[in-house]
Amino acid sequence: MLTALVLMPVVAALVVLAVPRKRHEIHLPLGVVLSLAPLGLAAYLFWQFEPVAGMQFVVDVPWYEPWGIGWRLGMDGISMPMVVLTALLVPIALGASTAITKRTREFVVLTLLLEAGMLGAFVATDLFLFFVFFEAMLIPMYFIIGVWGSDRRIYAAFKFFVYTFFGSALMLASIIAMAVIHSSQTGAASFALSDLANLDLTMGAERLLFAAFAIAFAVKVPIFPLHTWLPDAHTEAPTAGSVLLAGVLLKLGTYGLMRFNLTLFPQASVDAVWIMGALAVIGVIYGAVVAIVQPDLKRLVAYSSVSHLGFIVLGIFALTSASLQGAVIQNVNHGLTTGALFLLVGMIYDRRHTKAIAELGGLQKSGPMLAGFFLFMTFASIGLPGLNGFVGEFLVVIGSFPTLPSLAVLAAIGVILAAVYLLWAYQRVFHGIPEGENATFPDLTPREIALLAPLVALVLLIGLYPNILLDRIAPSTEAVLDQVQAVTDYEVPYPGRLVDVFIPGEG
Amino acid sequence: MTDLAIDLLWLVILLPLAGALFLHFVGQRLPEPMAGLLASAAIGLSFLVGLVGAFPFFQGDGEATTILLWSWMPAIGANLELLWDPLSALMTLIVTGVGFLIHVFAIGYMHGDERFGRFFVNLNLFAASMLTLVLAGNYAMLFLGWELVGLCSYLLIGFWFTRDSAAGAAKKAFVVNRIGDFGMMVALMLVFAAFGTLSYAGIFDRAGEVLTTGVATAIGLLFLLAAAGKSAQIPLYVWLPDAMEGPTPVSALIHAATMVTAGVYLVARSAAIFELSPTAQVTVATIGAATALWAASIAIAQYDIKKVLAYSTISQLGYMFMAVGATAYVAGIFHLMTHAFFKALLFLGAGSVIHAMSDEQDMRKMGGLLSKMPVTGVTMGIATLAIAGVPPLAGFWSKDEILGSLFARGGWYGVLWVVGLLTAAMTAFYMTRQWVMVFWGEPRWSEDAHPHESPGMMTLPLIALAALTVVGGFVNTPFRFTLEHFLEPVFEGVSMQHPPEGWGMFALMAGISVFAGLVGLAAAGLAYRRPMEDWAEFEQGLQPVWGWWEQAYRVDDFYNVTVVQPGKKAAEAAAFSVDLPVIDGAVNGVGRLARGIGERVRVLQTGQVRNYAALLFAGAIALVVWLAVTGA
Repeated sequence: MLTALVLMPVVAALVVLAVPRKRHEIHLPLGVVLSLAPLGLAAYLFWQFEPVAGMQFVVDVPWYEPWGIGWRLGMDGISMPMVVLTALLVPIALGASTAITKRTREFVVLTLLLEAGMLGAFVATDLFLFFVFFEAMLIPMYFIIGVWGSDRRIYAAFKFFVYTFFGSALMLASIIAMAVIHSSQTGAASFALSDLANLDLTMGAERLLFAAFAIAFAVKVPIFPLHTWLPDAHTEAPTAGSVLLAGVLLKLGTYGLMRFNLTLFPQASVDAVWIMGALAVIGVIYGAVVAIVQPDLKRLVAYSSVSHLGFIVLGIFALTSASLQGAVIQNVNHGLTTGALFLLVGMIYDRRHTKAIAELGGLQKSGPMLAGFFLFMTFASIGLPGLNGFVGEFLVVIGSFPTLPSLAVLAAIGVILAAVYLLWAYQRVFHGIPEGENATFPDLTPREIALLAPLVALVLLIGLYPNILLDRIAPSTEAVLDQVQAVTDYEVPYPGRLVDVFIPGEG
Repeated sequence: MTDLAIDLLWLVILLPLAGALFLHFVGQRLPEPMAGLLASAAIGLSFLVGLVGAFPFFQGDGEATTILLWSWMPAIGANLELLWDPLSALMTLIVTGVGFLIHVFAIGYMHGDERFGRFFVNLNLFAASMLTLVLAGNYAMLFLGWELVGLCSYLLIGFWFTRDSAAGAAKKAFVVNRIGDFGMMVALMLVFAAFGTLSYAGIFDRAGEVLTTGVATAIGLLFLLAAAGKSAQIPLYVWLPDAMEGPTPVSALIHAATMVTAGVYLVARSAAIFELSPTAQVTVATIGAATALWAASIAIAQYDIKKVLAYSTISQLGYMFMAVGATAYVAGIFHLMTHAFFKALLFLGAGSVIHAMSDEQDMRKMGGLLSKMPVTGVTMGIATLAIAGVPPLAGFWSKDEILGSLFARGGWYGVLWVVGLLTAAMTAFYMTRQWVMVFWGEPRWSEDAHPHESPGMMTLPLIALAALTVVGGFVNTPFRFTLEHFLEPVFEGVSMQHPPEGWGMFALMAGISVFAGLVGLAAAGLAYRRPMEDWAEFEQGLQPVWGWWEQAYRVDDFYNVTVVQPGKKAAEAAAFSVDLPVIDGAVNGVGRLARGIGERVRVLQTGQVRNYAALLFAGAIALVVWLAVTGA
């Protein structure tokens, strides 16, 4: 089943490729329709998913036995939400790409290949296979930015590539090292996640490998100070590229930290809690502060991603039930809201051919529907309770407090700053009296509403009934916590224990 | 019937919510009054459900009930659940009752606005949010309502968004409130860390055994920060005067009668936590007293009819904080209720005046309006007397109970009692000044203004609120402690402050506070019944103090210089002096270095990317080898 999920986009890409280049008006609609197939399958998998720990829909086929590489796929509560999110965002991203007029066929093919890579990376339970998918995503995204991006696209694409590749090299080395170590300990090489999780690593080796994985994923997330590729990539990428970059690719970083760093290197993770948490919170505040003064709407949303992803990293390394659940669900939430914000910025750009905040203004008067959607997603992003962003961020900060109290408090400052940068931007873009081209700004078309509506529905659904995901997430995050506690001396603090320590007071 | 109503209690929230949704998707196309009538009907029905559900509490045999709707964030003990007890019932009745009257008023007031339907969407959404806040059965859901009312406030302050001042005020309100929300979030972190849940049921009964004094103080002070944002107390009150950019019914509903009292409600609801920390109590009361006095002094020198009321609201909220800080919870909630009546009335009256004067808000251009709009004038006059503390109007009873409680608690609270008395005199002064400037003396309006009484849709709510202002105080008098008994079960486990006992003491206390009110009333009446030149001279005679008051001590400028501008500079520095040149530069520098090395070692290959790949691959192999040797 998961094999079919991964291969579906590839088949879809081949079908699109089979349509002659001359029939360019067909490529995009065909791509959208075909990408509904993986979405349907993902929805079916979601439906069939049991709320228990452990991998489900497991596929385990030997691939290259001498090296212990296998076509190993599986899905648990940590990857399932990401699979659904990916399958959902691809048709939306394609549907939003009507502004792409050159080489449409190649664009659609690359996007579908990208989808295959993303889905594969989320369901791979073999490290070699994961690496293959992880790299396979890099190439289509490189071209999407480099070919269909705006003015500085070459620079941005190259920067994106070099950064990510640098991380990838570190990760590849670590993966090979682990296989080698496995072979020296058991006599047979293996790249299976379940095998490598039981390695007997020296402390030094574990820390080194942790660091290599952490850097590779930190680039992806991105964690401060490795974030500077992101604003450039986002600003230059076409709308679909930005949506998938923010919605899915960044999540591979946080997903990887949770899936691989916590599981493979529990002791090193526990030791690194403070440094990772601190970097995360620096990202939360720094990203938000820098976002405030960005003159370009897309860059502003990009920096807001740096801030929001910081919450997720904090939640991962705070290592409590609530914080981990919050981190996983925030992975989805950020994909929905930031994906939607990039869509909306793209819709503004399609009409006004500018993203400069100073050139926009009064758009609520001329485009009230677009303004309404934008404001809705703005508040989802700010973390308004009742919408999805709140559930994730609240679980993260409340859950992080028992283990990382000072960092949790600092992260909460990000909540103030989010209101500052987003509402100020909203005020400048949408409030006031529209002048010039802003006054004749056409409102949303039915196609655009259809793209945004599912995102709005999910933002509300997760905001008000997050259990639709949390029920399925919780057993898996608990399993991760149990495993960390089993092999380290770390214990999830019980309520009431820590508070007395740092706030003095007589009984 | 009553059981049914409690089973159907979620309707209290759902009705206005459904109203908002229906109007949003369908109602925008309805002809004008229909949207307003539907919205009013939704909240009116909500009031009726609440009324029937509250019936057992009136009879004294009701029990607090928790109604689970569905689970929300079980990991932190936060579900969507309603707590129906006398406190939430009373708040529900205030919100829906006063809310209904304001909805009806708005049908007349918003007549002709091109976004008439949209206005009622937001108004209904606000009601649903506020009811979520007061009916919540845990802190997370309270926070849900807390933020949603903030959203509605944002939307309604900025309702006329093409005005820059309205857009700015909306943003300011939300951002300043977010500072308070930071306090709320940290408080909830502490609560969760201490109790392992955010549910009231798991907190209040165990607070005494779980919390140390230090933690209780921390939570209490953080709640105070949150409350200072929402309820416009020092130092976060600055958003409320600007919020007057919103249409006047909004000011009445959100920025006077309901939303801004959420902070008072929060403290009263958390009585079990404040119980453990005298420090938190005294801080709440002191902030309240300081705010009451500070805002009252500013209100004295305002000329905008709504600004007077805005500062007056801040000041009266300070009164409520004094009460709940002194653990006189019933007195605080009592004043919350009476204030909702008379302040809503004052705002709606001001709206009626503004409406009649074709959007003029400067009181210097009014005067002598009583004969032109007698209903507005008389009802506002009643409210003015009520807020001034003239017996037997509602404001007298509730204000007196607060002052009496402060006096009875003594010590530092005795000092606050004096502040309260001084504020009472000032309140009587500025309110009388307002009424006289608007309704008495020589007409000062221009020739093309044609003031007229507002239509029945607007005056009927005024009359209803005036009636409540007259009789509302009798629910809790030294003769009959009805409200006290009503709320008793809520505050069962906590100690509560009461006014001094005995008729002699009551008479003395009442005498002193009524005297203070009458002094203010008489002074303003004498000064402002004279022609404008005379009182303008009187005001100038108070310079430079008058100028400070008139400019609200220039606190906005102060914040601008100390917080806003430095913050902006810091953000610019971070973005343009750090992020681009330093951090991005450093990484690019490393890249250049690598390229430099790459060029040196370039022998066979030519492509840049391939150089990188080769270099990195070599490094990777080296690492692997090293690891395989040492690590395994």
